[in-house]
Amino acid sequence: MTEEEWTAVRLSLLVAVTATAASLPFGIAVAWLLARGRFWGKSLLDTFVHLPLIMPPVVTGYLLLILFGRRGPIGMVLDQAFGIVLSFRWTGAALACAVMGFPLMVRAIRLSIEAVDMKLESAAGTLGAAPLWVFATITLPLCVPGVIAGAILCFAKSMGEFGATITFVSNIPGETQTLPSAIYTLTQVPGGDPAALRLTLISIAISMAALLGSELLARRIGTRRVAT
Amino acid sequence: MSLDVDVGHRLGDFQLDARFTAPPGLTALFGRSGSGKSTLVNIVAGLIRPQRGRVAVDGQTLVDTDARTFVPAHRRRVGYVFQDGRLFPHFSVRQNLLYGRWFARGATGGASGDFAAVVELLGLAALLDRNPDSLSGGEKQRVAIGRALLARPRLVLMDEPLASLDEARRSEIMPYLERLRDRAGVPILYVSHSVSEVARLATTVVILGEGKVAAVGPVADILPLAEAGDGGSVLDAVVARHDEAFQLSVLTSAAGDLQVPRLAAAVGAPVRAYIRSRDVMLSLQPPQDISALNVLAGTVAAIASNGAQADVRLDCNGATLLARITSKSVDRLGLAPGKPVHAVVKSVSFERT
Repeated sequence: MTEEEWTAVRLSLLVAVTATAASLPFGIAVAWLLARGRFWGKSLLDTFVHLPLIMPPVVTGYLLLILFGRRGPIGMVLDQAFGIVLSFRWTGAALACAVMGFPLMVRAIRLSIEAVDMKLESAAGTLGAAPLWVFATITLPLCVPGVIAGAILCFAKSMGEFGATITFVSNIPGETQTLPSAIYTLTQVPGGDPAALRLTLISIAISMAALLGSELLARRIGTRRVAT
Repeated sequence: MSLDVDVGHRLGDFQLDARFTAPPGLTALFGRSGSGKSTLVNIVAGLIRPQRGRVAVDGQTLVDTDARTFVPAHRRRVGYVFQDGRLFPHFSVRQNLLYGRWFARGATGGASGDFAAVVELLGLAALLDRNPDSLSGGEKQRVAIGRALLARPRLVLMDEPLASLDEARRSEIMPYLERLRDRAGVPILYVSHSVSEVARLATTVVILGEGKVAAVGPVADILPLAEAGDGGSVLDAVVARHDEAFQLSVLTSAAGDLQVPRLAAAVGAPVRAYIRSRDVMLSLQPPQDISALNVLAGTVAAIASNGAQADVRLDCNGATLLARITSKSVDRLGLAPGKPVHAVVKSVSFERT
């Protein structure tokens, strides 16, 4: 393995972990709104969250470029007010991955929140718990398996994200060249096949490890519940 | 400590219009299913916002539609024991019990919130480290009652807490409910459609029918009015002595002595006897040479005729006894208010208090 290949692996992990961790609080909040909220425009929010899932990734990437590029309406504000630049940086890759993984994450968490018995929540209310406490002490602990599943889906999507990332932040080695971009680049040059295959195997290994890890975590939480 | 309710609420075709005051002790909300009992309790708990009316505990308003006041459920300090327990599956029994106490820290008044006392009262010591899933139905309900008490409520609501239990579990949990009523110092609003539960536990009875309060009052006065399929009357009695030779117990009540199958109660213990109206026969002469042991003398107070059947209310030395006989018998015996009769009680069901 060359230094350049290792860089791509490290960068991919950094991007995927950042994307998952940063979007998780928003994912839980939106999932709760969709599962329990009663407000005007709920189906609109639902559709909006699902957009990245049904649009071509290149379109999502291009929209991100328009909005978050240095001269885009949001990108300009972020640059001038906070000095944050997303376009052509690894942070931009993380944003693209988070947006693409968001619908998958929200879906999984929403389903698990809907599966929590609302009768338990109203019981907690009669015991003096304000709604936010009910969420923190009853709803959230009971839907942890769904939260883990949502996070893993987002992580896996981030590890494999290609279209939106390459459109938004391009394919700069050491900055925005994630595993899929590196594999794509290697297949475009003569003699790049052995390296592409190595990266492919690494990609598969990471995905399987993530899945196994989530299974173990879910099982451990399950047994702890039975043991108490 | 008292509860004032005066609410109106419409749910589809069903109209609830209830008004009553519950004094200290255990107030039974009694009625058939569909009479609006659970809706009423959910309004008191704050889980349903009534369309009209007012609910107050101890003079503090919980909801008043005219004044646009609505205290949310978590600030009401009204404990709720649900029919299905609703223990938190991810907490141990101990954590379930302590859940509400944490939110009630710094609260004044209401139940004491003494963990050791509640554990002792409900016999929970052996269950503390168990998981709710591993408990029996009766144990779950005891934990649910303890959890509600430890939140230091000013009022405890119980919505048919025994309905999901079999007869054995029910009689296992009854003594705990009696101790709770006598020792916890919190008024209890207890929903039930079981006459025997109400007869045994209630201090006051509110009869609800078709969403309206049909009657309110002390259990001995009100229960005979209940239109339950097995109407009956309640007699407060004391165990006078045991007749070991025939395995009988003799009870003394205002209406007279009763001989019943040997009770496990000590001499001097108060007992509440429930006598179903269809188990009472009437005779104009003191009956002789009959197998029934219990004959109580009284006078006819009122007769409610209902087609072929009639409910005769007797005044037995101040105590009320109900007899359900045929209208033909009423006519044949010439029964009318004021007429002295003898009531033959075929069987008595007992509820210890």
